[in-house]
Amino acid sequence: MSHSTPTKMSDGGDVPARGLSRFARLRGLDRVRSFGSKMAKEPLGVVGVVVLALLLLVALLAPWIAPFDPNRQNLAQALQPPSWGHIMGTDEFGRDILSRLIWGARITMRTVLSVSAIVGPVGLVIGVAAGFFGGWTDSILMRFTDIVLSFPALVLALAFAAAMGAGLGTAVIAISLTSWPPVARLARAEALVVRNTDYVAAARLYGASPLRLLFFYVTPMCIPSVLVRLTLNMAVITLTAASLGFLGLGAQPPLAEWGAMISSGRRFMLDYWWVPVMPGFAILITSLAFNITGDALRDILDPRHTRG
Amino acid sequence: MRSFTMAKLGGRLLQFVLSLLVLVTITFVIGRLLPTDPVGAVVGELASPEAYAAMRARLGLDQPVLVQFWRYLGQMVQGDLGIAALTGNPVTEDLRRAFPATIELATLAIVISFIVGVPLGLAAAINRDTWIDHTARIFSLVGNSIPVFWFGIIGLLIFYAWLGWVGGPGRVDIYYEGLVETRTGMILIDSLLAGEHAVFRNALSHIILPAVMLAYAAMAYITRMTRSFTLEQLGQDYVIAARAKGVSPTRTLFFHVLPNIAVQLVTILAISYGSLLEGAVVTEIVFSWPGIGQYMTSALLIGDINGVLAATIAIGITFMVLNFLSDIAYTFLDPRTQEADR
Repeated sequence: MSHSTPTKMSDGGDVPARGLSRFARLRGLDRVRSFGSKMAKEPLGVVGVVVLALLLLVALLAPWIAPFDPNRQNLAQALQPPSWGHIMGTDEFGRDILSRLIWGARITMRTVLSVSAIVGPVGLVIGVAAGFFGGWTDSILMRFTDIVLSFPALVLALAFAAAMGAGLGTAVIAISLTSWPPVARLARAEALVVRNTDYVAAARLYGASPLRLLFFYVTPMCIPSVLVRLTLNMAVITLTAASLGFLGLGAQPPLAEWGAMISSGRRFMLDYWWVPVMPGFAILITSLAFNITGDALRDILDPRHTRG
Repeated sequence: MRSFTMAKLGGRLLQFVLSLLVLVTITFVIGRLLPTDPVGAVVGELASPEAYAAMRARLGLDQPVLVQFWRYLGQMVQGDLGIAALTGNPVTEDLRRAFPATIELATLAIVISFIVGVPLGLAAAINRDTWIDHTARIFSLVGNSIPVFWFGIIGLLIFYAWLGWVGGPGRVDIYYEGLVETRTGMILIDSLLAGEHAVFRNALSHIILPAVMLAYAAMAYITRMTRSFTLEQLGQDYVIAARAKGVSPTRTLFFHVLPNIAVQLVTILAISYGSLLEGAVVTEIVFSWPGIGQYMTSALLIGDINGVLAATIAIGITFMVLNFLSDIAYTFLDPRTQEADR
């Protein structure tokens, strides 16, 4: 929502004119170099990136690093408190919670990446088309975007998931259906700026067709901001996916989904607090890492936007 | 100018109606997407083909889709959302009972989040880049990232189970239940109206924890926005002018800056309230709060699509009304929007 306000105060004297910053973005090597040095000035952002990288690694390597089989039941070992054998304790079936969290990272990462892979291109195309063509196309597309934006996303995702049956796939679709509008809004704002730049005018004079302009000249310029927005979105997606899991509409048992683990552990919370509490840390850390990384990326890639 | 404002208002109103229409269309489509067989649900599996066809006709399912949609719209306008399989009551009746509980929770939460969030945002802006600012930033980052249902569980564990400071799940303790007559459906107000102070105190001890837990996410957002609104104002000439005239920093903040960001705060009020309603859906599960969220999820679990869709519509409409009101507030409260567009 913070992105809908059109004017943002500039941070200080080091903000270049808009056209100039665009120009600078075109020069790849400089960009990478300045990106590195700027990233170093965002210690929190570095932490975010490192945590995300670790999470991805954990997700990829789950079968090798999980100390136990996430689904092997051992009722003799049920509801054990955290100890050296089971660092995060065991759940009501005697399953090792840490191993389940490690496997759960796979589910969360897969959900987040799938939703982003759908939402990114869809939002980009809708937004860029609206901004580039303007006029009626813009009006219709943006009215529709605003309408979807005015829906309660979680509730609508619930209704969709209810209709299509619970499961990971439907959760991905349900979340995607409601989370493309912020991306579209941003892509449109970017396209509005880019379409008036000199190089686009030059390409047009050379006789480039509108579609060619759209796909080869305008869209690529909008991708960096969209990626930032997507990173911030990933935090929301993580939370929405966990909420759906908590409500029993995401991954189904015995899959180790973090939200679902909290939901089933809730019954034991008064006597065995670690069962519902541990998975929450995993969710918190993941969405925190996405938020921090997204913030840092935005500060670096978009000098117009001050840290809000 | 006036006519322009009216035109703008008309545009907003049109958008609002359109949104409603899209929402209803979506729920209609979802209702039809559902794999369950609505006719079979009524007549049972053993019904003869004739009885099945008769019921199909009675439910209007033999009509073209557009006709069905038109009827659906008509029912909706009359407030007829069907019978809930969960309770056997008309859905609207159930909603009337559940909705006030949710509103009560969300309203208390929004009040808390503004009481904490606005001062925190102001403090962060004034003390930019000091430890106060950093603390506020971390506070709001965590608030943006925490799963609200998990936060509720932690809250229950600490403040109810271990410290015993607050009431547990539910709206009141069991022996206070049904003591006060339902007037508004909001137990805090009803108990005050009935003069039952013991019930009021008990209800307060129950609502305070879920309200605070729910408020956190909105609080984080409000802190963040207040901070950036204030920073924007602090860089303006009028602030420098006021300070140069010798107006004290405190006075500048409260009498010059605050009125200017008030309009922006009103608009984020609506957004925050909407997000609180959503958060309430999962918070209610954790705290056994008999609101619309709990109603919706219980309906979900037994496949009661009428209940689910009605709850979706109720929350959706509230959402849109809030958005609409915030747009209007922005247009009317901020003279600049009228000035600039003249």
